[in-house]
Amino acid sequence: MKFWSRVAAIAWKDVVSELRTREIIFSVLVFAVLVLVIFNFAFDLAPDQMLQIVPGILWVAFAFSGVLALNRAFIPEKEENCLEGLMGCPVGREAIYVGKALGSLFFMVLVEAVILPVFALLFNIAVLQLEVIVVTLLATIGFVAVGTIFSALAVNTRAREMVLPILFLPIITPVIISAVKASSLVLVGSGWGGLTSWLSILAAFDVIFLVVPFLVFPYVIEE
Amino acid sequence: MRPRILLVLSTLLILAALFMVFVYVPTDAEQGNIQRIFYFHVSVAWIAFLAFFVTFVAGIAYLAKRNPFWDMVASASAEIGLVFTTLILITGSIWARPMWGVWWTWDARLTSSLVLWLIYLSYFIVRSYITDEERKARFAAVVGIIGFVDVPIVALAIQFSRTQHPSALIFEGGLAGSMLVTLLVSIAAFTALYLLFLAVRVHLKEDESELNSLKEAMRE
Repeated sequence: MKFWSRVAAIAWKDVVSELRTREIIFSVLVFAVLVLVIFNFAFDLAPDQMLQIVPGILWVAFAFSGVLALNRAFIPEKEENCLEGLMGCPVGREAIYVGKALGSLFFMVLVEAVILPVFALLFNIAVLQLEVIVVTLLATIGFVAVGTIFSALAVNTRAREMVLPILFLPIITPVIISAVKASSLVLVGSGWGGLTSWLSILAAFDVIFLVVPFLVFPYVIEE
Repeated sequence: MRPRILLVLSTLLILAALFMVFVYVPTDAEQGNIQRIFYFHVSVAWIAFLAFFVTFVAGIAYLAKRNPFWDMVASASAEIGLVFTTLILITGSIWARPMWGVWWTWDARLTSSLVLWLIYLSYFIVRSYITDEERKARFAAVVGIIGFVDVPIVALAIQFSRTQHPSALIFEGGLAGSMLVTLLVSIAAFTALYLLFLAVRVHLKEDESELNSLKEAMRE
């Protein structure tokens, strides 16, 4: 139980600092809307093509804004040597990983909660369905599970934020594929039955990439 | 094994494999001569996976033991893996052109190989952005572990979404006996070559690190 109260304290610290500085959520939100607008110009879609293209647009917007948000997860920690303070605390390194991941999950979910209705409005597509929301949540857990460890790794390299997308995007291809396919299926009216294989890939990804980074994260931030 | 023995072994095996591929094995009834690239393509793919598996295991060994030797093995193996993944893509393209009429198609296994290539490319990009040797080894081990764990799930997701590539005939017994023997000899030849490359490259890295520590000593 102690583990989770520590995790909650670390996640809460990030939420409070975000509420005071508003560094991440606002910029990421604007960025995600910009991605949607640019895709609208890039494709200039006829209404009948919408359903084929639109889930891809949504997931590109989420993946790119995920990179933006996750990059910020460890940069503030680095700037004022906060990470050293955090590591000096009597908490396990694993708790730091879970806490940071929960913080990022919260920011991402908040951004998505705004983007989904905006998207539904701009593209006139009924994405606000329970199935899409479940897919989005599962995919977002996968994003932050992988993104948190790579973000901690990236800030300790010379190129900093350049490194995260290069590491993150190839690894999350299964999430992108499954999320796009599952959302397309929902939009063409397939119920839960048609989604099983995609949901299980997403769930498997989430489990694997919560366990493996949990185990190796202590090696990333050890100095 | 010593590099010299491996050099002799891999030379002999490669000569044997070449003989079998071009002389011994019969021409494929449907595809004709182009099918001979199969022995090369599949062996190369096998080496790529073997190499990344070695990187994965050596990465775990490094994190557990902190012996720089394991990082040398991991990075040398990843280098070879990346070269062989490039060869998968090139030989696949050469084969795809006459069979499917295109150099590239977004078919399941082609796409998986490309993602594999990108994952291990990022392994070297990360290494190049870190100066401190100990940190470089540690981060590379983490990327090597996460990357390798990701490979089956990438393959599974892409498999579900599309496929044009023939399924693994080898495991379904769809391969004629002489073809199977030729394939096995090719795989043995490339495995010997892989071990040779690995031994030479690790030796080179050891010399490099010794040279660096000598330079350090000179400066002091």
